Amino acid sequence: MATDPLSTTFAALADPTRRAILARLMEGPATVKELSEPFEMSGPAISKHLRVLERAGLITRGREAQWRPCLLDAGPLREVTEWAEPYRRFWDASYARLDNYLRELQAKDENHGE
Amino acid sequence: MANDLGTTTYTTPSDTEVVMARTVAAPRTLVWDVWTNPQHVPHWLTGPDGWIMPVCEIDLHPGGLWRYVWRNPETGGELEVHGTYREVTPPHRLVTTESWGPEWPETVNVYEFAEDNGKTAITITAHYPTKTARDAAIATGMADGMAMSYNRLADYLKELR
Repeated sequence: MATDPLSTTFAALADPTRRAILARLMEGPATVKELSEPFEMSGPAISKHLRVLERAGLITRGREAQWRPCLLDAGPLREVTEWAEPYRRFWDASYARLDNYLRELQAKDENHGE
Repeated sequence: MANDLGTTTYTTPSDTEVVMARTVAAPRTLVWDVWTNPQHVPHWLTGPDGWIMPVCEIDLHPGGLWRYVWRNPETGGELEVHGTYREVTPPHRLVTTESWGPEWPETVNVYEFAEDNGKTAITITAHYPTKTARDAAIATGMADGMAMSYNRLADYLKELR
């Protein structure tokens, strides 16, 4: 099972319902009832997802109010976004290699022509 | 969309798309060839240093399958991606599906090659099934699933299996 914080974050993000919950919370705090509305899911099922998100540090829940609104915590998500940077790095590195490769191929072609 | 040589632009023109544009200094026919010929692809589509592409299967016709496997010999990390060709119009346009496994949404990718003055503008548009899927993919570095320089990704994918 996931042990380090980033793995916990990813395990939490791997579920489409939890991603949808996070997307909803990006718009602002919401109660369990509000969060369960778009899904055909019971309150307890939603609460289970919320516990996973809470453990991953992706959301916090109000302690005082009876309805305990859920709030997004962007910290771990920011870490994930930084982690996502390799996507660009992959393409930038591949394209740099492509530039060189095309140059080589075209130089070879010119030599053959002479 | 014209681009300076050596830079790649990333944009999200709609809720369900990611567009990546890059211009290379070569005619379109050559770019098409290095993009679609399995003898060429492993020479460059390997991302950060340390990764190789030991498997590159390309059956270039509508309905044909493609499959790439990357490996990092140092860490033993391995990633596989595959899909189907939907449209093959050399040397202009290529449409494929792309799948990183059942946990990730399949994308439809459109590759367009436009030649101008001996240079070729490459535009890749990845279409996601929903905005949530796209945002999650961006957030998790799986916009094309190419977050391979982090070994954690390979570990994570293994965990999901």
